[in-house]
Order: sequence, then structure tokens, then C-alpha cells
Amino acid sequence: MVFVAALVLVLIGLPVLAGLGLTLAQAWGQGWPDLPGLAVGLRLTLVTGFGATVLSLAVSVPLARWLWARGAARGWLAPFLAVPHAALGLGLGFLLAPSGWLVRLVSPWATGWDLPPQLVTIGDPWGITLILGLMLKEVPFLMLVTLAAAVNLPVARVMAEGRSLGYRPGQVWLRLIWPQLYPSLRLPLFIVLAFSLSVVDMALLLGPSHPPTLAVQILRLFTAPDPALQGPAAMLSLLLLAVMAGAVGLWIGVERALAALARRWLRRGARGGWRLDAAPVLAVSGVALGTGAAGVLVLWSLATRWYFPAALPEGLSLATWRTARWVAPAAETLLIGAAVTLAALLLALIWLEAEDRSGRRLRLGALIALPLLVPQIGFLQGLATGYLHLGLPPGRVAVIWAELLFVFPYVLLALAGPWRALEPQQVIAAASLGAGPWRRLWRIKLPLLAGPLATAAAIGFAVSAAQFLAVLLPGAGRVQVLATEAVALASGADRRLSALHGLLLAALPMIGYAAALWLPLWLWRDRAAMKGAA
Amino acid sequence: MRLLLAALICAASPALADWSETLAAARGQTVYWHAWGGDPRTNAFIERVSDRAEAAYGVRIEHVKLSDTAEAVARVRAEKAADQSEGGAVDLIWINGPNFLAMKDEGLLHGPFVADLPNAAYLDLSEGAPATRDFTVPVEGLEVPWRLAKFVFAHDAARLPMMPRDMADFPEWAAEHPGRMTHPNPANFMGATFLKQALVSLAPDPAVLALPATDETYGAQTAPLWKWYDALRPNLWREGRAFPENESVQAQLLADGEIDIAMFFDPGAPAALVAQGVLPETVRVSVPEAGSLGNISFVAIPFNAAHREGAEVIANLLLAPEVQAEMQNIEVLGAYSVLDPARLDAPARAAFAAIPQAPNLPGLDELGPTLPEPHPSWMTRLAEDWARRMTP
Repeated sequence: MVFVAALVLVLIGLPVLAGLGLTLAQAWGQGWPDLPGLAVGLRLTLVTGFGATVLSLAVSVPLARWLWARGAARGWLAPFLAVPHAALGLGLGFLLAPSGWLVRLVSPWATGWDLPPQLVTIGDPWGITLILGLMLKEVPFLMLVTLAAAVNLPVARVMAEGRSLGYRPGQVWLRLIWPQLYPSLRLPLFIVLAFSLSVVDMALLLGPSHPPTLAVQILRLFTAPDPALQGPAAMLSLLLLAVMAGAVGLWIGVERALAALARRWLRRGARGGWRLDAAPVLAVSGVALGTGAAGVLVLWSLATRWYFPAALPEGLSLATWRTARWVAPAAETLLIGAAVTLAALLLALIWLEAEDRSGRRLRLGALIALPLLVPQIGFLQGLATGYLHLGLPPGRVAVIWAELLFVFPYVLLALAGPWRALEPQQVIAAASLGAGPWRRLWRIKLPLLAGPLATAAAIGFAVSAAQFLAVLLPGAGRVQVLATEAVALASGADRRLSALHGLLLAALPMIGYAAALWLPLWLWRDRAAMKGAA
Repeated sequence: MRLLLAALICAASPALADWSETLAAARGQTVYWHAWGGDPRTNAFIERVSDRAEAAYGVRIEHVKLSDTAEAVARVRAEKAADQSEGGAVDLIWINGPNFLAMKDEGLLHGPFVADLPNAAYLDLSEGAPATRDFTVPVEGLEVPWRLAKFVFAHDAARLPMMPRDMADFPEWAAEHPGRMTHPNPANFMGATFLKQALVSLAPDPAVLALPATDETYGAQTAPLWKWYDALRPNLWREGRAFPENESVQAQLLADGEIDIAMFFDPGAPAALVAQGVLPETVRVSVPEAGSLGNISFVAIPFNAAHREGAEVIANLLLAPEVQAEMQNIEVLGAYSVLDPARLDAPARAAFAAIPQAPNLPGLDELGPTLPEPHPSWMTRLAEDWARRMTP
């Protein structure tokens, strides 16, 4: 048990702390850097970070209720959860730009535009498109968490009681059910906030560029050829950490205040409220944007030529797929993803099995969530420096370790529920037949958990494929995966190339999810009773 | 009699006699050419040159593919520090700017030898000509030019029949076509080059630009530039509040019809993008009438090169009109020639006339005058100054 705790501490906790410490050391003695665009960048970071989080939460409330009643529609969540930010950002860019697919579809016949309109969409100076892009990823995540928490509540009964008291369904959800779910949402919200404050790939693709958000400015300083800029970059990383810490404090404060106010509002118990249900509109727009983004990636990757205002490419061909060098980054993504997922699964199994054998829970929750709660750019460059001190040069191994920090929490979370819910009878029966702990693990627990294991692996792989900074900084530019290639190619001239990489980047995690659904069915193809377990 | 004739020729032209000795000594040598290996088309071109050299002179090229030219400089420097004055590992380096300056200052180069090369006759080596300066550093015969990079504009002739004639005309043009023009962010090389192009055209005394910028000269020489830019900016794409990241993103904007003008530092780049299907076929290349910035890539020979004669033969071969024409051929490499069109003889002209022509591929004589690069300090200051002035 002590050994397992130490292992997790060394592999997951220590790197974050070391990264933070080294960033702090690098920033030590630095004054406030005098760089143009810093104040605006900070404002943008605050607006987009808070904006994306608060709006995602607001939208997730009615949507989760709507989805709660529609089991079939939940299938739409999976692709949004699986698709990496970079792929979605790329597709949204091609969709929403003034010369993008949306405008092409309605021009010139409906709009009269023979040339793209001089509208400001992608890269707008207020960060609206960036917020929209983040929301498309974060709303499904928050809905998933909401629905997962709702499982532990007698939602149907509360709904019936609320309706009988004269509240509309939306009001029952908002007044009676959601407040009970909120405590389970707090940690995921902070994860969303930390991510949104330091997101780089989507900010490069959709965010303003002159000046860009703070995280992008920090990345530019960290990767600048002039080593003298490392200090200011570390200083600004600390600023971002302080913003995150302040944000959490502020959030909790506002939460208390709102709770006090809302209590009075609840007690007043006004019936009625809006008749209009925004949820279907929100859901359909979100799905339309997502499908549109995927569709435009497919079209561009197959296009021969495609000029404004044609609604479709001049011709379709596989030429880009034949000539582009996508095999190497795709293989690297698969290799790193497989290694990280395997390591995370192994670590999670060790953790859970150690808990079983000792009969106690490991109290390391805060530690494993740490990598998700600290803005990535705040410690990843420090971490890369730390690896160097350890004699681990920038490269694949460093990237795998760095990604493990972000993959492990999700894998553990995905596996822990089903593992702890495993009915003990079969394990006890096996023990009584003389099977030792290893045999019980190998022959009983793991086969019974084949479904959850496959799901956890798919989630792990999707999280790994989506990593951008964790590849860029510890890899020092020497490791090229689909996420980094897609973002790099977005600043090249050939949109077909970036579309192809974006499409592959979106496809790999989805294939992983599909495989996770199919694998248990195939494994237990002649065991009908096992098929429900996944 | 033949001996006498030979002796006479030798006496009349010692350089040519030396050259035949060089050719004789070079036969059978393998030249280790240390050259940046990041561009597959350049690598293939170097192989072609090797084949030619082997057939004609019995000299082979071994292309040592560098990721950074400084690696080769460091190697020669280390050899000098170890007192290795002959048999060095590096025979020929593709070199430019700061690396050349370092090698020249530290006495790491062989030469002057450029004037001894027979094909140097096709170069304009007159005082102040672009081929005699490498980022303002006088070449002094220590390196041989081989390929030209030059600032050009590209526009879609189907939409925009007339380009502004000169840099000074841009604000007026932009006022007539608001939102239809932009330039890459000057944090990027191409964006800074656009400002520099405007600087050399607008500076009151362009000669001062060859010297390192001081606070005083910088203020005086850039004042007209900022006045010009303040007039231009409000009519740029997105009112001059957002800029494409680099020239490729700007090319994408041109392809999308969001803007009408793109810019490149390679006259062949637009044609290459047309061939790729990125830009429409109606795209044309133009240069400001007063000329545009250009810089030249060179090759140099280290002082201790093991195969100095072979390296000289290769350097000479690189200047041969048929090799320069092949290099400029868009189907081979598409890098523009450094030869002076005015000095080409009939067969040389024929070689250039024979390469594929396209309406979007300007001829060597259509590229206009090449303006000398300002001292590197100007570009650094311009980019920083722009960021301070223009970032909200």
C-alpha cells in the first residue's frame, strides 16, 4: 500500500510539483515583463476562460435535463467527448471563417457576396469564436458529469413530485434536482476553468492573434530562440497560476453568495417561468456545428481545388491522402497513445487491486486531480527542465510521462466506479475454491471488467491524442503527433493538408471508442450473460 | 608549336592556366558539401549537380545534410583551434549572413577565389552590386553566389488588374480598396521584410541603412515609413487589427478571396502554389518599379578544405548558365538565378529561354532591380518598434 502510494506520488504528483517549483525558480527575481499586448492578453484570457466556463455551465443545465429524458440522444455526446480540441478548432475555423463553408453555402445566391464579406469571425478580437469552440467541447463534458451524478438521485420521483407541485419540468430540474447535483460538478468545473485559462491549440486556431491570449504569449516566449525570454515566460506562467488560484477562490465566494440568494428564490417558490425550452435549439446547433466541422474537414481533405464562393470543391480526389506525409505523425500518435494508455491502465489496476487487498481506500484524490487543476502551461515547461535534470532528454519518453499526468486521472476515474461496483460473490467463490489473489485478479476480475477496461482505454487514448502542450514542451518540437502537426499545418498555405491531419486526429479517438464498444461483444460472443456488463 | 601556343595562352591568361591546373587536381575528388538538408527539392538539385560534375570533371558531391549551418561553422572552428590547417572535413558550405560574417572575421575561409572562376564572368561583381554583399557584409571574393531570394507581390489578375506601382502608392490603393490588403505579422520574417521593403523605398537616405542602426539614424530614417504606415493601416484587412501569421496564411487569404495581394520572398513561390492547386491560375507576380529587396545564398570554402580544387570546380559549375537555368526551372527547383541577365551570351540566353515559362513565373529580367538588404539591426528594431506601436 505504501509502495503504491509512493509510486503514484512519484509518477503523477511529483512531476507537477517539480514543474511548478522549477517554473517558480525560473521566474525568481524577474520583474514585471514589459511586453506589448500583455494587458490585453491577460484580459482576453480572463474573458475567454471565465466566459467559456460560465457559459458552458449555463448551457449544460437545460441540456442535461433534456438529455436525461432522451437516452437515445446521449449517443451524440461520445463523438464530442472524443474529438480533440485541435481537430474541432480546425474544422470550426474552416466552417465559420468569412470565406468558410457556411458563407460559401449561401453565397452568392442568397447573400449577393461574390467576395467574402468583411466580417470578423474567426480570430475575433473579443475571443467569441474561441469561447464557442471551447463550449462545444466543455458542454458535453459537463453534461456527462451531470448525468453521471443524476444516476445517484431518484430523478424520476423528484420530477414527478415537482410536477405535482405545479412546476414546469425545466423548473423542477433547476430548482430541485440540479442544486443536488452541483457538488459533483464543482471539481469538473475547476478542471474546465483551468483548461480554458491555459488552452493553446484552440486559441491558436480560433482565438485573436494581435495580441493573443496570455497562454499563447507564454508559449511564444518559451519557444523563442532567445533564451533571455524564458524568465519572463516563467513569470507570466506564475501570473496564470495566480489567476487560477484567484478564480477558484472567487468561484467559491460567488457560489456561496448565489446559494444564499437562490435559497430565498427557492423558498418564494414562484411557479411559471419560461415556457420556451432552449434545450432542443442548443442541442441541434451544437450538433450542427460539430457535424459541419467534421464535414468541412472531409471535403477539404478530398478537394482538388475549392475557391470562394463555390459551395463544394471543384473536384474530389485522394491525391492529398496519397502524397501527404501523415503516416509518421499518425503512427507516433498511436504509439504514444498506446504507451500512455497502457501505463495508465496498469497504474490504475495496481491502485485498485492494492485497495482490494488492503481493504482500505488510497487517499490521494487531490493529488491525482492536480495535473488537471493547474493550468498546463504553468508547469509543463518547468517539468521539461526537470526531466533534463533527471537525464531524460526531450523526446518520446518525456512526452509519454507528461501525458500520463493527464491521462491517468481519467482512466482511474473510468475504471474505479465499475471496479468498486463489482459484485464480490464471484471473487469470494473463486477464493473459496482456492484461487489466490493473482488468480482471482487474472481469471475473475479482469474478464468481468473487460468492458470497463476497454472503455477506460478508449478514454485514455482520446485524452492522449488530444494533448498539445504536453507534446510540444516536453518534446521540444522533436516529437510530431497529429495534434501538433494539424496546428502547425494550419499556418501553412495548403488547407487540404491541415484538414487531412485534423480529420485523422478526430478519427483515431472515435475509432478507439468504437473498438471499446465492440471488443467486449467480440470477447464474449458465446457468453450471453457477460454482454450486459460493459 | 602546340607547347608554344599553350605557353602563350598561359602567359596571356594566368587565371585560365590556373583553372586547368585546378581541374586536373580536382579530378577524382569527392567534395563534402555541408548544406542545410531541410528542403527535398534542394537536396535533389544537389544530386543533379553531383551527376553533372562527375560526368564533366570527375568530381563527386557528398551532400552532408545539416539541420543548422552553424554546425559546419563550429566544425571548421574546432579544426582551426586544433591547428588542423589541411585535410579539413568540410569542403564547401551553403552559407549566409551571420555565419559568413563569423567565418570571415575568424579567418576560417579560403580565398579570395571568386574572380578566378571562369563562370564569374556572368556575375555582376561591380562595386555595391547585390552579389558582392551578404547582408551588408562585403563578400570580398570569399564566397560564390548561387541562388537568389527576392521580395515579390502576388495578386489575382482576374480580380485585380492593376497593382500599386511602388511602395509609396499603397496607402492610396488601400483607401480605394479598403480591407483588401494586409501583410504578415512583423514578428514573422515575411512581415518584417514587408516593413523593410517599405523602409528602403521611403528612407530619406538609403545609404545609411547599410550601417548598424543607431537611435538617431533609426528615428530619422523610419519617420516617413511610420507616416506611410499610419495612412495605410486603417484600410488594411480587418482594419489593421489582425494580421496573418506568415506568408502562407496570407496566401490562403488570397486564395479565399479575402484579400487581393500576397507577398513572398521567392519569385517562384506563387507558381508553385498554383501548381499545388492552392492559388488560382490567374495569380500573377509583380515587383515595385523601384525594385525590391533580395538576398543571395552563397557557397564558401573553408581555409583547410581537404578537396579545395573540387570545391572550386563545384562552385564554378553552380554558376554555369545551364546549371543556373536548370535551378530556375520550376519543375526542378524553381530558385532564381544569380546571373546578371545583361552579361549572358547567346547560348546562355537560350538555356534560360528553354525552361518552362508560365504567366505566373516572371523571367529573370522581369524581376526588376534588387535593392540591398539593410544592416540586420534595422529589421530587429523595425519588428520591435512595430509591436510597440501597433499592439493594443
